[in-house]
Amino acid sequence: MADLATADDVTSRDWPLDIYKALKAAGVSQVCYVPDAGHSRLIQLSHGDSAINTTVLTTEEEGVALCAGAWLGGDRAVLLMQSSGVGNCVNMLSLLASCRLPFLTFVTMRGEWAEFNPWQIPMGKATRGALEIMGVTVLRLERPEDAEEVTSAAASLAFDSDQQIAVLISQRMIGRKKWTEAK
Amino acid sequence: MTTNPHLLDRREAVKALLEDRSDLLVVSGLGSSSYDVFDAGENAANFYLWGAMGGAAMIGLGLALAQPKRPVAVITGDGEQLMGIGSLLTIAAKKPGNLAIIVLDNGHFGETGMQMSHSGLGSRLEVIAGGAGFHSVSDIADFEGIAALRRKLRNFDGPHFARIRVSTAHVARALPPRDGVFLKNRFRGHLGLPVN
Ligand SMILES: Cc1ncc(C[n+]2csc(CCOP(=O)(O)OP(=O)(O)O)c2C)c(N)n1
Repeated sequence: MADLATADDVTSRDWPLDIYKALKAAGVSQVCYVPDAGHSRLIQLSHGDSAINTTVLTTEEEGVALCAGAWLGGDRAVLLMQSSGVGNCVNMLSLLASCRLPFLTFVTMRGEWAEFNPWQIPMGKATRGALEIMGVTVLRLERPEDAEEVTSAAASLAFDSDQQIAVLISQRMIGRKKWTEAK
Repeated sequence: MTTNPHLLDRREAVKALLEDRSDLLVVSGLGSSSYDVFDAGENAANFYLWGAMGGAAMIGLGLALAQPKRPVAVITGDGEQLMGIGSLLTIAAKKPGNLAIIVLDNGHFGETGMQMSHSGLGSRLEVIAGGAGFHSVSDIADFEGIAALRRKLRNFDGPHFARIRVSTAHVARALPPRDGVFLKNRFRGHLGLPVN
């Protein structure tokens, strides 16, 4: 199959597993999310792990507050969302700045590479800016083979140095959206 | 505006709720609720919010999941809870037995000039909580109800939701510390957690 692979295939490397392993190594014990197709594997891994408390949210800003509460109680938490959810978080991010709370989020990008849905473009373009104006440091994950290292570095910055860190996972890495026609 | 003399005084209500609190952890919503919790007795196990409107219940959830052996109470206003109304669904889905969401419902946005809130205009938060999936829901209008809620806080059979009907009558100022980093470190210190 490998020789038939095209740029729009999800990469053969199981990079969500690499993120998961690095999160485990960093002591993360809470994961919360608003689903995105690009996060489905990581969400599945997290639900399958009895040592991780996994929480599905109705909106992304809930996750910012949940991560804050987790840290107050001694847990390390991570928020998974797609880029459109970043806009929902803006005011809640002020909680992290006010209390200098560690924060780590993984954002699957839309609207930046081979996007077919024009409605994803505005927030996709504004994602980095929306995070940065609130004091969040933005890291990019562009290549599957970097997943573990970037996750590990991001977790140290967050949980050891009290930083707010967003890892933007490039849309190129996630691949084109695949449609399954329901007939 | 007229105030209903039959409604509970919020300071008295919170004081009664936090009597003999022992190992209870408390997160208070911005504005009046934080003032009430502070007025009931300064405590390192209190985390007062001065912002993050809509976030109190979810901070409580993260904390309750991290500290399953400690009871956790979120004490907040109707306006604050309305902004995070979806979090009631998230909490009901997660079912933390040690968490209680307690709304001091005056039917108004008190902090910003006593504009009527959705609650004052007819929405019933305890019905919404029930619909969200909370099995333990109470609608409290007297001190007996508060005493019953205080017992529930210790039973680990939550999550509990309680609406406490409180008066809009003016209360004296009582301002807790505002420094978030101090409040964070004090709270974590209380739990025996290190400062980074
Ligand atoms: C995101 C955001 N929007 C608006 C405000 C302004 N604000 C501060 S307190 C408050 C209302 C609080 O009402 P409620 O929770 O019912 O408290 P109480 O009536 O007990 O004062 C509002 C709207 C804010 N702080 N943050």
